[in-house]
Amino acid sequence: MTGLSTLAKTSDRAFPFAAELMGIVSIAALGVLGFLLFPDDLAFLTRLIGITLLVLSLDLVTGYCGVATLGHAALFGVSAYAVGNACIGGIREPILLLGVGIVAGTITGAISGALITRFRGLPQLVLSIAIGQLVAALANKLSSVTGGSDGLSGITPDPVLGLFRFDMYSRTAFVFSLVVLAVVFVLLLRFVRSPFGLLCRGIRDDDLRAQMIGAMVYPRLVIMYAVSGAVAGVGGALNAMTAGVVGLDSVSFERSAEVLVMLVLGGAGNLWGALFGSVVFQIFEHIVSATNPFHWMTLVGLLLIAIVLFAPRGLSHGVAVLWSKIFRRGGRA
Amino acid sequence: MTDLLALDKVSRAFGGLRVNENISFRLAPGDRVALIGPNGAGKTTLVNVISGGLPPTSGTLHLEGDDITRLGIPARVRRGLVRTFQVTRLFASLTAADNVALAIMQRKGLTRRFFSVATDMPDVRTEWEHLLGTLGIAHLARITVSQLAYGQQRLLELAIGLALNPKVLLLDEPAAGVPHDEAPKILEAIERLPADIAVLMIEHDMDLVFRFAKRVLVLANGRLIFEGTPQAVTADPDVRRAYLGSYADARRPA
Repeated sequence: MTGLSTLAKTSDRAFPFAAELMGIVSIAALGVLGFLLFPDDLAFLTRLIGITLLVLSLDLVTGYCGVATLGHAALFGVSAYAVGNACIGGIREPILLLGVGIVAGTITGAISGALITRFRGLPQLVLSIAIGQLVAALANKLSSVTGGSDGLSGITPDPVLGLFRFDMYSRTAFVFSLVVLAVVFVLLLRFVRSPFGLLCRGIRDDDLRAQMIGAMVYPRLVIMYAVSGAVAGVGGALNAMTAGVVGLDSVSFERSAEVLVMLVLGGAGNLWGALFGSVVFQIFEHIVSATNPFHWMTLVGLLLIAIVLFAPRGLSHGVAVLWSKIFRRGGRA
Repeated sequence: MTDLLALDKVSRAFGGLRVNENISFRLAPGDRVALIGPNGAGKTTLVNVISGGLPPTSGTLHLEGDDITRLGIPARVRRGLVRTFQVTRLFASLTAADNVALAIMQRKGLTRRFFSVATDMPDVRTEWEHLLGTLGIAHLARITVSQLAYGQQRLLELAIGLALNPKVLLLDEPAAGVPHDEAPKILEAIERLPADIAVLMIEHDMDLVFRFAKRVLVLANGRLIFEGTPQAVTADPDVRRAYLGSYADARRPA
Protein backbone atom coordinates (compact mmCIF):
# COMPACT_ATOMS: atom_id res chain seq x y z
CA MET A 1 0.00 0.00 0.00
CA THR A 2 1.16 3.47 -0.66
CA GLY A 3 1.93 5.81 2.14
CA LEU A 4 -0.96 8.08 1.37
CA SER A 5 -3.64 5.45 1.68
CA THR A 6 -2.36 3.74 4.79
CA LEU A 7 -4.65 4.37 7.69
CA ALA A 8 -1.98 4.06 10.29
CA LYS A 9 0.15 6.92 9.11
CA THR A 10 -2.34 9.75 9.22
CA SER A 11 -3.20 9.11 12.85
CA ASP A 12 0.35 9.76 13.89
CA ARG A 13 0.35 13.25 12.47
CA ALA A 14 -0.06 16.07 14.87
CA PHE A 15 -2.35 18.05 12.61
CA PRO A 16 -5.78 16.43 12.40
CA PHE A 17 -6.77 17.62 8.94
CA ALA A 18 -3.43 17.06 7.22
CA ALA A 19 -4.83 14.65 4.62
CA GLU A 20 -7.74 16.93 3.79
CA LEU A 21 -5.49 19.96 3.46
CA MET A 22 -3.16 17.98 1.26
CA GLY A 23 -6.14 17.11 -0.95
CA ILE A 24 -7.17 20.75 -1.39
CA VAL A 25 -3.62 21.92 -2.04
CA SER A 26 -3.00 19.15 -4.57
CA ILE A 27 -6.16 19.84 -6.52
CA ALA A 28 -5.51 23.58 -6.50
CA ALA A 29 -1.98 22.91 -7.72
CA LEU A 30 -3.23 20.59 -10.45
CA GLY A 31 -5.73 23.26 -11.45
CA VAL A 32 -3.06 25.95 -11.72
CA LEU A 33 -0.77 23.59 -13.61
CA GLY A 34 -3.58 22.68 -15.98
CA PHE A 35 -4.38 26.33 -16.55
CA LEU A 36 -0.71 27.09 -17.34
CA LEU A 37 -0.38 24.09 -19.68
CA PHE A 38 -3.68 24.46 -21.52
CA PRO A 39 -4.80 28.12 -21.14
CA ASP A 40 -6.72 27.94 -24.39
CA ASP A 41 -8.32 24.61 -23.78
CA LEU A 42 -10.20 24.97 -20.52
CA ALA A 43 -13.08 23.00 -22.02
CA PHE A 44 -10.79 19.98 -22.18
CA LEU A 45 -9.76 20.44 -18.53
CA THR A 46 -13.38 20.83 -17.51
CA ARG A 47 -14.26 17.57 -19.26
CA LEU A 48 -11.27 15.95 -17.59
CA ILE A 49 -12.61 16.93 -14.18
CA GLY A 50 -16.00 15.35 -14.89
CA ILE A 51 -14.35 12.09 -15.92
CA THR A 52 -12.04 12.25 -12.89
CA LEU A 53 -15.10 12.19 -10.66
CA LEU A 54 -16.24 9.06 -12.47
CA VAL A 55 -12.83 7.44 -11.91
CA LEU A 56 -13.01 8.33 -8.20
CA SER A 57 -16.49 6.88 -8.11
CA LEU A 58 -15.25 3.66 -9.72
CA ASP A 59 -12.40 3.47 -7.22
CA LEU A 60 -14.92 3.33 -4.38
CA VAL A 61 -16.50 0.11 -5.64
CA THR A 62 -13.61 -1.48 -7.54
CA GLY A 63 -10.63 -0.33 -5.53
CA TYR A 64 -12.13 -0.28 -2.05
CA CYS A 65 -14.70 -3.08 -2.32
CA GLY A 66 -13.18 -5.29 -5.01
CA VAL A 67 -16.31 -5.17 -7.19
CA ALA A 68 -15.41 -5.76 -10.84
CA THR A 69 -17.47 -3.54 -13.10
CA LEU A 70 -17.41 -2.54 -16.75
CA GLY A 71 -20.67 -0.65 -16.65
CA HIS A 72 -19.86 2.27 -14.44
CA ALA A 73 -20.57 4.91 -17.09
CA ALA A 74 -24.26 4.12 -16.58
CA LEU A 75 -24.21 6.00 -13.25
CA PHE A 76 -22.50 8.96 -14.89
CA GLY A 77 -24.73 9.01 -17.96
CA VAL A 78 -28.07 8.64 -16.19
CA SER A 79 -27.18 11.59 -13.96
CA ALA A 80 -26.05 13.66 -16.92
CA TYR A 81 -29.36 13.01 -18.70
CA ALA A 82 -31.30 13.74 -15.52
CA VAL A 83 -29.51 17.05 -15.05
CA GLY A 84 -29.95 17.92 -18.72
CA ASN A 85 -33.66 17.31 -18.55
CA ALA A 86 -34.02 19.16 -15.25
CA CYS A 87 -32.23 22.15 -16.74
CA ILE A 88 -34.33 22.16 -19.88
CA GLY A 89 -37.37 21.72 -17.64
CA GLY A 90 -36.61 24.93 -15.78
CA ILE A 91 -34.27 24.11 -12.89
CA ARG A 92 -31.32 26.26 -13.89
CA GLU A 93 -29.56 26.93 -10.62
CA PRO A 94 -26.17 25.11 -10.87
CA ILE A 95 -25.97 24.02 -7.23
CA LEU A 96 -29.49 22.67 -7.43
CA LEU A 97 -28.58 20.86 -10.64
CA LEU A 98 -25.63 19.26 -8.87
CA GLY A 99 -28.17 18.03 -6.32
CA VAL A 100 -30.28 16.56 -9.13
CA GLY A 101 -27.20 14.75 -10.40
CA ILE A 102 -26.37 13.42 -6.94
CA VAL A 103 -29.89 12.12 -6.40
CA ALA A 104 -30.05 10.49 -9.85
CA GLY A 105 -26.59 8.96 -9.37
CA THR A 106 -27.39 7.68 -5.89
CA ILE A 107 -30.58 5.99 -7.05
CA THR A 108 -28.92 4.46 -10.12
CA GLY A 109 -25.99 3.37 -7.96
CA ALA A 110 -28.22 1.75 -5.35
CA ILE A 111 -30.22 -0.14 -7.97
CA SER A 112 -27.27 -1.38 -10.01
CA GLY A 113 -25.30 -2.09 -6.83
CA ALA A 114 -28.17 -4.16 -5.45
CA LEU A 115 -27.95 -6.32 -8.58
CA ILE A 116 -24.21 -6.41 -9.18
CA THR A 117 -22.99 -7.06 -5.63
CA ARG A 118 -25.23 -10.13 -5.32
CA PHE A 119 -22.64 -11.93 -7.43
CA ARG A 120 -18.89 -12.46 -7.43
CA GLY A 121 -16.19 -12.80 -10.05
CA LEU A 122 -17.03 -13.27 -13.71
CA PRO A 123 -20.84 -13.34 -13.33
CA GLN A 124 -20.51 -9.99 -11.56
CA LEU A 125 -18.43 -8.55 -14.38
CA VAL A 126 -20.82 -9.79 -17.04
CA LEU A 127 -23.81 -8.45 -15.14
CA SER A 128 -22.16 -5.03 -14.88
CA ILE A 129 -21.60 -5.01 -18.64
CA ALA A 130 -25.22 -6.04 -19.20
CA ILE A 131 -26.49 -3.18 -17.01
CA GLY A 132 -24.24 -0.74 -18.82
CA GLN A 133 -25.44 -1.95 -22.21
CA LEU A 134 -29.06 -1.83 -21.09
CA VAL A 135 -28.72 1.79 -20.04
CA ALA A 136 -26.90 2.62 -23.28
CA ALA A 137 -29.64 0.96 -25.32
CA LEU A 138 -32.34 2.85 -23.40
CA ALA A 139 -30.49 6.12 -23.91
CA ASN A 140 -30.51 5.43 -27.62
CA LYS A 141 -34.18 4.39 -27.82
CA LEU A 142 -35.83 6.88 -25.46
CA SER A 143 -35.05 9.78 -27.74
CA SER A 144 -37.83 11.93 -26.28
CA VAL A 145 -35.89 12.03 -22.99
CA THR A 146 -32.30 11.67 -24.20
CA GLY A 147 -32.31 13.07 -27.69
CA GLY A 148 -31.20 9.67 -28.94
CA SER A 149 -28.13 9.70 -31.15
CA ASP A 150 -28.36 13.47 -31.62
CA GLY A 151 -27.84 13.96 -27.92
CA LEU A 152 -29.65 16.19 -25.48
CA SER A 153 -28.84 19.82 -26.19
CA GLY A 154 -29.91 23.26 -25.03
CA ILE A 155 -28.70 22.84 -21.46
CA THR A 156 -28.08 26.41 -20.28
CA PRO A 157 -27.73 26.74 -16.53
CA ASP A 158 -27.91 30.08 -14.71
CA PRO A 159 -24.75 31.84 -13.53
CA VAL A 160 -23.02 30.14 -10.59
CA LEU A 161 -24.19 31.78 -7.32
CA GLY A 162 -25.99 34.26 -9.55
CA LEU A 163 -22.64 35.92 -10.33
CA PHE A 164 -20.49 33.87 -12.68
CA ARG A 165 -21.96 33.25 -16.11
CA PHE A 166 -20.87 30.10 -17.99
CA ASP A 167 -18.71 31.75 -20.66
CA MET A 168 -17.59 30.50 -24.06
CA TYR A 169 -13.98 30.15 -22.87
CA SER A 170 -15.13 27.75 -20.15
CA ARG A 171 -13.47 29.84 -17.43
CA THR A 172 -16.42 29.64 -15.09
CA ALA A 173 -17.00 26.01 -15.98
CA PHE A 174 -13.38 25.16 -15.22
CA VAL A 175 -13.18 26.93 -11.87
CA PHE A 176 -16.61 25.72 -10.80
CA SER A 177 -15.71 22.12 -11.69
CA LEU A 178 -12.36 22.38 -9.93
CA VAL A 179 -13.97 23.64 -6.73
CA VAL A 180 -16.57 20.88 -6.84
CA LEU A 181 -13.85 18.29 -7.42
CA ALA A 182 -11.86 19.62 -4.47
CA VAL A 183 -14.89 19.44 -2.18
CA VAL A 184 -15.79 15.91 -3.28
CA PHE A 185 -12.18 14.74 -3.06
CA VAL A 186 -11.76 16.03 0.48
CA LEU A 187 -15.04 14.45 1.59
CA LEU A 188 -13.96 11.16 0.05
CA LEU A 189 -10.53 11.30 1.67
CA ARG A 190 -12.33 11.37 4.96
CA PHE A 191 -14.94 8.84 3.94
CA VAL A 192 -12.45 6.13 2.93
CA ARG A 193 -10.65 6.46 6.26
CA SER A 194 -13.86 6.03 8.22
CA PRO A 195 -14.71 2.78 9.99
CA PHE A 196 -17.15 2.12 7.15
CA GLY A 197 -14.38 2.57 4.58
CA LEU A 198 -12.12 0.24 6.54
CA LEU A 199 -14.86 -2.36 6.65
CA CYS A 200 -15.26 -2.13 2.88
CA ARG A 201 -11.56 -2.82 2.45
CA GLY A 202 -11.97 -5.78 4.78
CA ILE A 203 -14.86 -7.08 2.67
CA ARG A 204 -12.68 -6.75 -0.42
CA ASP A 205 -9.98 -8.87 1.21
CA ASP A 206 -12.27 -11.63 2.48
CA ASP A 207 -16.01 -11.33 2.74
CA LEU A 208 -16.46 -14.51 4.81
CA ARG A 209 -14.04 -13.10 7.35
CA ALA A 210 -16.07 -9.88 7.35
CA GLN A 211 -19.19 -11.87 8.16
CA MET A 212 -17.25 -13.64 10.88
CA ILE A 213 -16.68 -10.35 12.65
CA GLY A 214 -20.42 -9.78 12.49
CA ALA A 215 -20.69 -7.56 9.43
CA MET A 216 -23.57 -7.76 6.98
CA VAL A 217 -21.66 -7.71 3.72
CA TYR A 218 -24.36 -7.19 1.11
CA PRO A 219 -26.01 -4.05 2.54
CA ARG A 220 -22.59 -2.47 3.03
CA LEU A 221 -21.71 -3.04 -0.61
CA VAL A 222 -25.03 -1.58 -1.75
CA ILE A 223 -24.46 1.51 0.42
CA MET A 224 -20.99 1.91 -1.04
CA TYR A 225 -22.44 1.57 -4.52
CA ALA A 226 -24.97 4.30 -3.74
CA VAL A 227 -22.17 6.60 -2.52
CA SER A 228 -20.22 5.77 -5.64
CA GLY A 229 -23.33 6.65 -7.65
CA ALA A 230 -23.54 10.02 -5.90
CA VAL A 231 -19.94 10.81 -6.87
CA ALA A 232 -20.50 9.66 -10.45
CA GLY A 233 -23.65 11.79 -10.38
CA VAL A 234 -21.63 14.90 -9.53
CA GLY A 235 -19.38 14.12 -12.50
CA GLY A 236 -22.37 13.60 -14.79
CA ALA A 237 -24.00 16.82 -13.59
CA LEU A 238 -20.82 18.85 -14.18
CA ASN A 239 -20.44 17.29 -17.60
CA ALA A 240 -24.00 18.14 -18.61
CA MET A 241 -23.87 21.70 -17.27
CA THR A 242 -20.47 22.66 -18.61
CA ALA A 243 -20.73 21.00 -22.01
CA GLY A 244 -24.34 22.03 -22.55
CA VAL A 245 -25.03 18.73 -24.29
CA VAL A 246 -25.28 15.11 -23.22
CA GLY A 247 -24.47 12.48 -25.83
CA LEU A 248 -24.58 8.72 -26.01
CA ASP A 249 -20.84 8.61 -25.30
CA SER A 250 -21.59 9.43 -21.66
CA VAL A 251 -23.23 6.01 -21.14
CA SER A 252 -21.05 4.07 -23.58
CA PHE A 253 -19.13 0.87 -22.91
CA GLU A 254 -15.97 2.66 -24.08
CA ARG A 255 -16.40 5.20 -21.29
CA SER A 256 -16.77 2.44 -18.71
CA ALA A 257 -13.71 0.60 -20.00
CA GLU A 258 -11.65 3.77 -20.26
CA VAL A 259 -12.25 4.81 -16.66
CA LEU A 260 -11.32 1.33 -15.49
CA VAL A 261 -8.06 1.63 -17.43
CA MET A 262 -7.40 5.04 -15.84
CA LEU A 263 -8.04 3.59 -12.39
CA VAL A 264 -5.72 0.64 -12.87
CA LEU A 265 -3.14 2.97 -14.38
CA GLY A 266 -3.19 5.22 -11.33
CA GLY A 267 -3.61 2.48 -8.74
CA ALA A 268 -6.94 1.10 -7.54
CA GLY A 269 -7.82 1.20 -3.86
CA ASN A 270 -6.31 4.62 -3.43
CA LEU A 271 -8.03 7.94 -4.16
CA TRP A 272 -4.76 9.58 -5.11
CA GLY A 273 -4.17 6.79 -7.59
CA ALA A 274 -7.58 7.39 -9.13
CA LEU A 275 -6.91 11.14 -9.32
CA PHE A 276 -3.49 10.87 -10.92
CA GLY A 277 -4.45 8.00 -13.20
CA SER A 278 -7.29 10.04 -14.58
CA VAL A 279 -5.24 13.22 -15.02
CA VAL A 280 -2.19 11.50 -16.55
CA PHE A 281 -4.19 9.32 -18.93
CA GLN A 282 -6.37 12.12 -20.23
CA ILE A 283 -3.57 14.62 -20.66
CA PHE A 284 -1.45 12.01 -22.41
CA GLU A 285 -4.37 11.10 -24.65
CA HIS A 286 -5.08 14.78 -25.35
CA ILE A 287 -1.50 15.62 -26.33
CA VAL A 288 -0.84 12.46 -28.31
CA SER A 289 -4.11 12.59 -30.21
CA ALA A 290 -3.39 16.19 -31.20
CA THR A 291 0.19 15.58 -32.33
CA ASN A 292 -0.40 12.25 -34.02
CA PRO A 293 -4.06 11.77 -34.96
CA PHE A 294 -3.37 8.49 -36.77
CA HIS A 295 -1.37 6.49 -34.30
CA TRP A 296 -2.45 7.95 -30.97
CA MET A 297 -4.32 4.87 -29.84
CA THR A 298 -1.18 2.82 -30.47
CA LEU A 299 0.82 5.15 -28.28
CA VAL A 300 -1.78 5.04 -25.52
CA GLY A 301 -1.62 1.25 -25.72
CA LEU A 302 2.16 1.30 -25.44
CA LEU A 303 1.98 3.60 -22.42
CA LEU A 304 -0.39 1.20 -20.70
CA ILE A 305 1.80 -1.81 -21.42
CA ALA A 306 4.82 0.06 -20.06
CA ILE A 307 2.99 0.97 -16.87
CA VAL A 308 1.65 -2.53 -16.32
CA LEU A 309 5.19 -3.90 -16.79
CA PHE A 310 7.02 -1.41 -14.61
CA ALA A 311 4.40 -0.37 -12.07
CA PRO A 312 1.85 -3.20 -11.99
CA ARG A 313 0.12 -1.76 -8.93
CA GLY A 314 -0.39 1.59 -10.60
CA LEU A 315 1.41 4.87 -10.97
CA SER A 316 0.71 6.05 -7.44
CA HIS A 317 2.28 2.93 -5.97
CA GLY A 318 5.27 3.11 -8.31
CA VAL A 319 5.86 6.74 -7.40
CA ALA A 320 5.52 5.96 -3.67
CA VAL A 321 8.09 3.16 -3.93
CA LEU A 322 10.47 5.36 -5.88
CA TRP A 323 9.97 8.17 -3.40
CA SER A 324 10.71 5.99 -0.38
CA LYS A 325 13.86 4.65 -2.08
CA ILE A 326 15.18 8.13 -2.79
CA PHE A 327 14.16 9.29 0.66
CA ARG A 328 15.91 6.39 2.35
CA ARG A 329 19.11 6.92 0.38
CA GLY A 330 19.04 10.59 1.27
CA GLY A 331 18.60 9.67 4.92
CA ARG A 332 21.65 7.42 4.95
CA ALA A 333 24.01 9.83 3.24
CA MET B 1 -30.88 -22.28 31.70
CA THR B 2 -27.21 -22.48 32.50
CA ASP B 3 -26.33 -23.81 29.06
CA LEU B 4 -24.55 -21.30 26.92
CA LEU B 5 -24.71 -23.34 23.74
CA ALA B 6 -26.98 -26.31 23.25
CA LEU B 7 -27.07 -28.60 20.22
CA ASP B 8 -30.03 -30.94 19.97
CA LYS B 9 -30.03 -33.78 17.45
CA VAL B 10 -28.21 -31.71 14.87
CA SER B 11 -27.73 -33.43 11.53
CA ARG B 12 -26.20 -32.23 8.32
CA ALA B 13 -26.25 -34.13 5.05
CA PHE B 14 -24.82 -33.33 1.65
CA GLY B 15 -27.18 -35.13 -0.68
CA GLY B 16 -27.18 -38.70 0.57
CA LEU B 17 -23.97 -38.24 2.51
CA ARG B 18 -24.70 -37.77 6.21
CA VAL B 19 -21.73 -35.84 7.54
CA ASN B 20 -23.19 -35.06 10.97
CA GLU B 21 -25.86 -37.24 12.53
CA ASN B 22 -27.90 -36.58 15.65
CA ILE B 23 -25.31 -34.60 17.48
CA SER B 24 -26.28 -33.25 20.88
CA PHE B 25 -24.08 -31.62 23.44
CA ARG B 26 -23.97 -28.62 25.74
CA LEU B 27 -21.43 -25.95 26.55
CA ALA B 28 -21.52 -23.99 29.79
CA PRO B 29 -19.61 -20.80 30.68
CA GLY B 30 -15.97 -21.60 31.44
CA ASP B 31 -16.03 -24.90 29.56
CA ARG B 32 -12.86 -26.11 27.89
CA VAL B 33 -13.94 -28.79 25.49
CA ALA B 34 -11.94 -30.52 22.76
CA LEU B 35 -13.59 -32.03 19.71
CA ILE B 36 -11.48 -34.80 18.25
CA GLY B 37 -11.99 -37.51 15.69
CA PRO B 38 -10.31 -39.17 12.74
CA ASN B 39 -10.00 -37.37 9.42
CA GLY B 40 -13.32 -37.07 7.63
CA ALA B 41 -15.30 -37.50 10.84
CA GLY B 42 -17.25 -34.29 10.13
CA LYS B 43 -15.55 -31.95 12.58
CA THR B 44 -15.20 -28.96 10.30
CA THR B 45 -18.76 -29.41 9.02
CA LEU B 46 -19.96 -29.35 12.61
CA VAL B 47 -18.09 -26.10 13.26
CA ASN B 48 -19.64 -24.62 10.12
CA VAL B 49 -23.09 -25.67 11.27
CA ILE B 50 -22.53 -24.14 14.70
CA SER B 51 -21.07 -20.89 13.37
CA GLY B 52 -23.84 -20.44 10.81
CA GLY B 53 -22.01 -21.09 7.55
CA LEU B 54 -24.12 -24.19 6.90
CA PRO B 55 -27.73 -24.61 8.00
CA PRO B 56 -28.35 -27.97 9.70
CA THR B 57 -30.53 -30.44 7.79
CA SER B 58 -32.37 -31.10 11.04
CA GLY B 59 -32.04 -30.41 14.74
CA THR B 60 -31.77 -27.15 16.68
CA LEU B 61 -29.13 -24.89 18.15
CA HIS B 62 -29.71 -22.64 21.15
CA LEU B 63 -27.48 -19.88 22.43
CA GLU B 64 -28.33 -18.72 25.95
CA GLY B 65 -31.76 -20.27 25.52
CA ASP B 66 -32.54 -18.48 22.22
CA ASP B 67 -33.09 -20.53 19.09
CA ILE B 68 -30.31 -19.58 16.66
CA THR B 69 -30.85 -22.42 14.18
CA ARG B 70 -32.01 -20.06 11.43
CA LEU B 71 -29.67 -17.15 12.11
CA GLY B 72 -26.91 -16.23 9.66
CA ILE B 73 -23.24 -15.84 10.44
CA PRO B 74 -23.22 -12.10 11.34
CA ALA B 75 -26.21 -12.42 13.66
CA ARG B 76 -24.57 -15.28 15.56
CA VAL B 77 -21.31 -13.37 15.86
CA ARG B 78 -23.18 -10.42 17.34
CA ARG B 79 -24.68 -12.72 19.96
CA GLY B 80 -21.21 -13.86 20.96
CA LEU B 81 -20.73 -17.05 18.95
CA VAL B 82 -17.32 -16.60 17.36
CA ARG B 83 -15.00 -18.93 15.46
CA THR B 84 -11.49 -18.97 14.12
CA PHE B 85 -10.53 -20.71 10.93
CA GLN B 86 -8.42 -23.78 10.28
CA VAL B 87 -6.66 -21.92 7.51
CA THR B 88 -6.21 -18.32 8.55
CA ARG B 89 -8.70 -15.96 6.97
CA LEU B 90 -7.62 -12.44 7.66
CA PHE B 91 -7.90 -9.09 5.92
CA ALA B 92 -4.65 -9.58 4.05
CA SER B 93 -4.06 -6.05 2.80
CA LEU B 94 -4.76 -4.39 6.15
CA THR B 95 -2.32 -4.08 9.01
CA ALA B 96 -2.55 -6.34 12.06
CA ALA B 97 -3.85 -3.38 14.06
CA ASP B 98 -6.54 -2.58 11.50
CA ASN B 99 -7.66 -6.22 11.47
CA VAL B 100 -8.31 -6.15 15.20
CA ALA B 101 -9.60 -2.57 15.18
CA LEU B 102 -12.14 -3.49 12.54
CA ALA B 103 -13.48 -6.33 14.69
CA ILE B 104 -13.72 -3.98 17.67
CA MET B 105 -15.45 -1.26 15.66
CA GLN B 106 -17.88 -3.76 14.18
CA ARG B 107 -18.73 -5.05 17.65
CA LYS B 108 -19.33 -1.52 18.90
CA GLY B 109 -21.47 -0.63 15.88
CA LEU B 110 -19.01 2.02 14.77
CA THR B 111 -18.74 0.80 11.19
CA ARG B 112 -21.87 2.75 10.34
CA ARG B 113 -19.83 5.92 10.73
CA PHE B 114 -18.95 7.50 7.43
CA PHE B 115 -17.04 10.62 8.32
CA SER B 116 -15.10 9.99 11.47
CA VAL B 117 -11.56 8.80 10.91
CA ALA B 118 -11.08 5.19 11.99
CA THR B 119 -7.73 5.84 13.62
CA ASP B 120 -9.01 8.77 15.70
CA MET B 121 -10.82 6.53 18.18
CA PRO B 122 -8.77 6.32 21.35
CA ASP B 123 -10.84 3.65 23.07
CA VAL B 124 -10.63 1.37 20.03
CA ARG B 125 -6.91 1.94 19.93
CA THR B 126 -6.46 1.17 23.62
CA GLU B 127 -8.37 -2.03 23.13
CA TRP B 128 -6.39 -3.38 20.17
CA GLU B 129 -3.13 -2.39 21.78
CA HIS B 130 -4.14 -4.35 24.83
CA LEU B 131 -5.24 -7.40 22.81
CA LEU B 132 -2.13 -7.53 20.65
CA GLY B 133 -0.05 -7.05 23.79
CA THR B 134 -1.79 -9.95 25.55
CA LEU B 135 -0.95 -12.23 22.64
CA GLY B 136 2.59 -10.94 22.43
CA ILE B 137 2.30 -9.46 18.95
CA ALA B 138 2.08 -5.75 19.78
CA HIS B 139 5.27 -5.11 17.83
CA LEU B 140 3.55 -6.31 14.64
CA ALA B 141 0.68 -3.82 14.82
CA ARG B 142 1.77 -1.74 11.81
CA ILE B 143 2.69 -4.66 9.58
CA THR B 144 0.44 -5.73 6.73
CA VAL B 145 -1.04 -9.16 7.36
CA SER B 146 0.22 -10.65 4.09
CA GLN B 147 3.75 -10.06 5.38
CA LEU B 148 3.25 -11.83 8.70
CA ALA B 149 4.57 -15.32 9.40
CA TYR B 150 1.98 -18.08 9.62
CA GLY B 151 2.26 -18.50 13.37
CA GLN B 152 1.81 -14.76 13.82
CA GLN B 153 -1.29 -14.88 11.64
CA ARG B 154 -2.75 -17.59 13.86
CA LEU B 155 -2.18 -15.39 16.90
CA LEU B 156 -3.82 -12.50 15.09
CA GLU B 157 -6.76 -14.75 14.25
CA LEU B 158 -7.14 -15.36 17.99
CA ALA B 159 -6.88 -11.64 18.68
CA ILE B 160 -9.74 -10.95 16.26
CA GLY B 161 -11.82 -13.66 17.89
CA LEU B 162 -11.25 -12.13 21.31
CA ALA B 163 -11.93 -8.61 20.03
CA LEU B 164 -15.50 -9.72 19.37
CA ASN B 165 -16.07 -10.41 23.10
CA PRO B 166 -17.13 -14.01 22.52
CA LYS B 167 -19.25 -16.01 24.89
CA VAL B 168 -18.53 -19.15 22.90
CA LEU B 169 -15.28 -19.43 20.99
CA LEU B 170 -14.79 -22.18 18.41
CA LEU B 171 -11.14 -22.80 17.61
CA ASP B 172 -10.62 -24.82 14.45
CA GLU B 173 -7.17 -26.41 14.82
CA PRO B 174 -5.53 -23.28 16.23
CA ALA B 175 -2.03 -24.80 16.14
CA ALA B 176 -2.22 -26.47 12.73
CA GLY B 177 0.66 -25.57 10.46
CA VAL B 178 2.37 -23.46 13.09
CA PRO B 179 6.16 -23.97 13.23
CA HIS B 180 7.39 -25.79 16.36
CA ASP B 181 9.10 -22.81 17.91
CA GLU B 182 5.93 -20.72 17.67
CA ALA B 183 3.45 -23.36 18.84
CA PRO B 184 4.05 -22.68 22.58
CA LYS B 185 2.91 -19.07 22.09
CA ILE B 186 -0.39 -20.30 20.67
CA LEU B 187 -0.80 -22.72 23.58
CA GLU B 188 -0.03 -20.01 26.05
CA ALA B 189 -2.57 -17.72 24.42
CA ILE B 190 -5.22 -20.41 24.53
CA GLU B 191 -4.52 -21.15 28.17
CA ARG B 192 -4.92 -17.48 28.98
CA LEU B 193 -8.30 -17.09 27.30
CA PRO B 194 -10.84 -15.35 29.57
CA ALA B 195 -12.09 -17.83 32.14
CA ASP B 196 -15.79 -17.11 31.69
CA ILE B 197 -16.07 -17.95 28.00
CA ALA B 198 -16.80 -21.42 26.68
CA VAL B 199 -14.18 -22.74 24.30
CA LEU B 200 -14.66 -25.59 21.89
CA MET B 201 -11.44 -26.59 20.20
CA ILE B 202 -10.99 -28.94 17.29
CA GLU B 203 -7.56 -30.46 17.49
CA HIS B 204 -5.53 -33.39 16.19
CA ASP B 205 -2.61 -32.93 18.51
CA MET B 206 -3.42 -35.08 21.54
CA ASP B 207 -0.80 -33.40 23.72
CA LEU B 208 -2.59 -30.13 23.22
CA VAL B 209 -5.96 -31.75 23.88
CA PHE B 210 -4.77 -33.20 27.19
CA ARG B 211 -3.25 -29.94 28.25
CA PHE B 212 -6.26 -27.85 27.37
CA ALA B 213 -9.46 -29.83 27.70
CA LYS B 214 -11.51 -30.66 30.77
CA ARG B 215 -13.92 -32.58 28.57
CA VAL B 216 -13.50 -34.35 25.24
CA LEU B 217 -16.02 -35.03 22.49
CA VAL B 218 -15.15 -37.68 19.94
CA LEU B 219 -16.71 -37.59 16.50
CA ALA B 220 -16.45 -40.60 14.19
CA ASN B 221 -18.34 -41.13 10.95
CA GLY B 222 -20.49 -38.11 11.72
CA ARG B 223 -21.67 -39.36 15.11
CA LEU B 224 -20.68 -38.36 18.59
CA ILE B 225 -19.32 -41.60 20.02
CA PHE B 226 -17.83 -40.37 23.27
CA GLU B 227 -18.17 -37.54 25.75
CA GLY B 228 -16.07 -37.54 28.90
CA THR B 229 -12.81 -36.63 30.55
CA PRO B 230 -9.48 -36.73 28.71
CA GLN B 231 -8.38 -39.54 31.01
CA ALA B 232 -11.36 -41.70 30.06
CA VAL B 233 -11.07 -41.09 26.34
CA THR B 234 -7.98 -43.21 25.77
CA ALA B 235 -9.50 -46.14 27.59
CA ASP B 236 -12.78 -46.10 25.67
CA PRO B 237 -13.07 -49.10 23.34
CA ASP B 238 -15.24 -47.27 20.75
CA VAL B 239 -12.76 -44.45 20.49
CA ARG B 240 -9.86 -46.86 20.18
CA ARG B 241 -11.65 -48.70 17.43
CA ALA B 242 -12.45 -45.51 15.52
CA TYR B 243 -8.88 -44.28 15.76
CA LEU B 244 -7.35 -47.68 15.17
CA GLY B 245 -9.33 -47.94 11.96
CA SER B 246 -8.05 -44.64 10.68
CA TYR B 247 -4.48 -45.35 11.69
CA ALA B 248 -4.66 -48.77 10.05
CA ASP B 249 -5.88 -47.02 6.87
CA ALA B 250 -3.17 -44.44 7.08
CA ARG B 251 -0.43 -47.03 7.49
CA ARG B 252 -1.57 -49.24 4.66
CA PRO B 253 1.04 -48.98 1.90
CA ALA B 254 -0.14 -47.15 -1.17
